[in-house]
This record gives sequence, C-alpha cells and structure tokens, in this order.
Amino acid sequence: MEVSKKYRVGTLATELIMVVIALVFLTPFYFLFVNSVKTFGDLLTNSASWPKSFEWHNYARAWDITNFPTAFWNSLIVTVVSNLLLALFSAMSAYRMVRHNTRFNRFLFAIFVAAMVIPFQSIMIPLVKVMSSLGLMNSIPGLVVAYLGFGVPLSVFLFHGFVKGIPLEIEEAARVDGTSTYGTFFRIVLPLMKPMFVTVIILNTLWIWNDYLLPSLVLQSASLRTIPIATFAFFGQFTKQWDLALPALVLGILPVIVFFLAMQKYIVEGITQGAVKG
Amino acid sequence: MSRKKSSGLLQQLVFVGPSTVFFTAIIVIPFLLGLYYSFTNWNGVSGEVTWVGLDNFKQILTNDPDFGKAFWFTVRFTVIGIIVTNLLGFFLAYFLTKPLKTRNVLRTIFFMPNVIGGLLLGFIWQFIFVKGFSALGDSTGWSFFNLPWLGDATTAFWGIVIVFVWQTAGYLMVIYISSINNIPKDIIEAAEIDGASKLQILKSVIVPLVMPAVTVCLFLAISWSFKMFDLNLSLTKGGPFRSTESVALNIYNEAFQNNRYGLGTAKAIIFFIVVAVITSVQVKLTKSKEVES
Repeated sequence: MEVSKKYRVGTLATELIMVVIALVFLTPFYFLFVNSVKTFGDLLTNSASWPKSFEWHNYARAWDITNFPTAFWNSLIVTVVSNLLLALFSAMSAYRMVRHNTRFNRFLFAIFVAAMVIPFQSIMIPLVKVMSSLGLMNSIPGLVVAYLGFGVPLSVFLFHGFVKGIPLEIEEAARVDGTSTYGTFFRIVLPLMKPMFVTVIILNTLWIWNDYLLPSLVLQSASLRTIPIATFAFFGQFTKQWDLALPALVLGILPVIVFFLAMQKYIVEGITQGAVKG
Repeated sequence: MSRKKSSGLLQQLVFVGPSTVFFTAIIVIPFLLGLYYSFTNWNGVSGEVTWVGLDNFKQILTNDPDFGKAFWFTVRFTVIGIIVTNLLGFFLAYFLTKPLKTRNVLRTIFFMPNVIGGLLLGFIWQFIFVKGFSALGDSTGWSFFNLPWLGDATTAFWGIVIVFVWQTAGYLMVIYISSINNIPKDIIEAAEIDGASKLQILKSVIVPLVMPAVTVCLFLAISWSFKMFDLNLSLTKGGPFRSTESVALNIYNEAFQNNRYGLGTAKAIIFFIVVAVITSVQVKLTKSKEVES
C-alpha cells in the first residue's frame, strides 16, 4: 500500500517536470503565433505579450505575397506524385531482388545501399548539369524524377528487408493456381506489403515536403515554387518585416502540422520501422 | 528455353528497370562526373574544362582557411549536437515510458518540431533569438536572454545547437521509446526483486539493452548534423563572419556564389569521404557494444 502511494507521488513529480519541459518546447510556437497577429509596432515593443488586437489581415497579405495557393499546390503535387511512384518502383525492385537473388541483383542492391552514405552536397553540382542536359530543369516532372533517384536507395532497402519476411508459400500457391508473375506481385504480394508502404511513404513525405536545396537548384520560375522556396524568396525580399514574415511562416508550417496531427500514429510507427531497418 | 529466358529478362526490366534508371541518372552519373570535375577547373558555365590534376585538393587542404573553418565548425557542432540530442532524446524517452497520464500528448509535443522543415524552423528561430529572447530577458531579468544571439560567433554557434536539439531530440525519442518498450518486463522485475535501485537498473539493464537503438540514433544524429544545411542557411547564413558556416554551406557557396564548380566538387568529394568514414566507423563501434536480451 505504502509502496504504491510513494510511487504515485514520484510519478506525479515526473509528470509535472515533463509538462514544464513540454511548455518550454512549445514557446517558439507561442511566439510565432501571437506575433503573427500583431501590428508591426505592437510586435516590436511587446513580443512576449498576448496581442492587443488580432490583425488577421496580416495573413491575407502574406497569403497574397507568397502566392500561397500556388506554392501549396506545387508542394502537394511534387510530394504526392514522387511518393506514389517511389513506393511502387521500389517495392517492385525489392521484390524482384529478393525473389531472384542473382549475382547481378545482389550487386545492384549493394550499390543502392552504398549510395545511401553519399551526402546530397557531394553530387548536387554535377547533378544540375546532368538534369539540364536531360531537359529536366525548371519543371515539376523534372523535380519528381530527381526525387525518384534520391529516394530509391532507402525505399528499396526498406522494402527489401520486408519482402524477406513474407512467406514464399502464398506465392507458390498462387503460381500453382496459374497466376502470372505480374499477377502474383500486384494481387498477392503488394497488398501484403502495406505496412512497409506506410513507412516508406511517411519517411519520404516528411523529407520531400520540407526539402529546400533540391527544388532551389532545379526550379527557377516563381510559378513553380514549392513552400520552402517561396518562403525563402519571401525572406530575401521582406527581411525584418516580421508582421508579414510571421504569418507567412505560420501558413508554411500549418499543412505539415495538420498532416502530422492527423497521421500521428502512422508517423511514429513509420519512423520506428524505418529506424529498425535502417 | 529462349522464350523463358526473354520473359525473365522482360520481368527483370519491368521490376528493377525504373528504379535503376532513375538511380543511375540522378546519383551514379552525377557522382562519377563529380569525381571527374574535382580534377578540373570547370566554372560551371563555359564548356571549357581543363584538367588540373590534384591542384584543387592541394588548394583546399593547404590554402583555404574558410573551408578549414567550416570543417572545424561542423566537427564541433556534430560532437556537441549528437551528445545533447541523444541525451535529451533518451531522457525524454525514459520518462515518457513511465505511466504518465499526459504521456501521449507530451510525446506529440516533443516530436512536433521535427515535422517542420529546417528552413522554416531557422526563420522562426531567427525571430525568437532577435525579438523573443530580448522580450524574455526584459520580463525575467535573466542575462542569458540578453546575449547577442546570432550576433557573435560563440552565441550563434550555441543558437544553432539549441535549434538543432529542439528539432531532432523528439525524433530520437521516438526510436528510444520503442526500444525501451521492447525490453522484456520480467528482466526489469527480476532486477527490482534483486534489490537494484532505479539508477542501477537504468545503467546495467536498460542502457545495454537499448544499444541497437543507440547505434541507429548516433548514426542519424551524426549524418544530420554533419550534413546540416537548411538550418544554417536560414538561421545565420553562416554568419557572423562565416563563423557558423557548415561544410555543406561552404560547398554550396563555392559552387553557386563563386562559380568555382571544380573546386566545389573537390570539396564535395572530400566531404563524401569524411561522411562515409565517420558513419561506418561509428556503426562498427556501437554495434560491438550491442547485447542480446
């Protein structure tokens, strides 16, 4: 009895300490939000206080200047298309590599794994040249192609580990029933891979949505800007205009926060899965 | 036989072809080209590319104080960054695996900064360092908040460390949580019955059993902090006086600001070798410390 009472006090103390740390963690969001709805003068003199009045039109101006709907749409298209193709192509390759463990496939897989240690900065300079000679510069499809190239190693690696765990008997049964290789893959194996699809898509979404460097190298037109590039361009132009910059930042982070809160369970699972394999 | 062979080849092409083509065009070819350009004086624009042998490497290693400075910054940052993020990530995970009522909410809060990109985080924190901290300094009277954040080399360094830790500790926490949850309950109970204190259990049972997670978390923290770019660019642009310029940012500036692509690719090759060596040595070292439960 006494032991459990003591334990409860300890837990409560831990709980309180953790809540305090969490509040400290949240303060940047507090500063960001309260100052995004202040007038410029109020923002400069009272950065820490609650807004005197809520200037929601700050948001309307930031929305227009960053051309938010366009940037949002570009980010969405790039992220969704890259993700779907990346997951499909990687799943197919990993399946083939596991089930047809030829010397060539083993070699290819080893190259994929080795390429994971190459930092992006090590290839970005010639990459621009290669992409322009392939006619992929300054276009959304070009950017998608680049993400496919960069995303393939990790995605194949994750699927590869997963396919090894799928029992062969199911496929053999399907084959005995006369299903073709393609049918076996698309109708039997692909549905079984669902958990790894979630992991791969979550990891790639967080990376592609937030990426700045690659789109900044590939895209030049203002109409093609993704959210990180639009934000960066905006900051170059309106340095220190915090009454515009802060609402622009809130708009920039809102989609991914909403995505995170909605998909939380899958995101945490995806990261755990990815870490165990990676 | 030949029909079977050709259908096998077709299947190989259909299944492995697309990813191999993209991978080759986007990674393999640029990587090989980069190796070549690192021995030239290519300026990125003209078609004229002259072979200069090891000149670029010689210049970088003997006569490029900014690169040396960027390297030293990156090394210091990486060492401190991995220690602090891992300690905090493990600390949070350790307490958030206890039966707290608010633990799900708390986990969400600690993880949240990580879903936002480094570029936006850098801009958010720029405001906090410049305006928010001075407001906190005024209301609390703590001199800590009134330091010239981002204004001088030392505080700017710690400023980036703070943002990096805030951003990444939650990610490592998630990995440590799952690892701690995987420890069989009866091992900890057995240790409790044997009269081990909480600290002893932590040191002799939990830590050794989460070593696989440590391997992964160290690997992630090293590669994130070593390749840091976005945060650097948006928070300080490498300033003041290039004191917080990371290697990645230095390479970027060399190529795209100074138009010295040959030199930039040579730096990139050195960077690649260092990253590859450090991460493989680390994985090997921590793997040897892993134990089975």
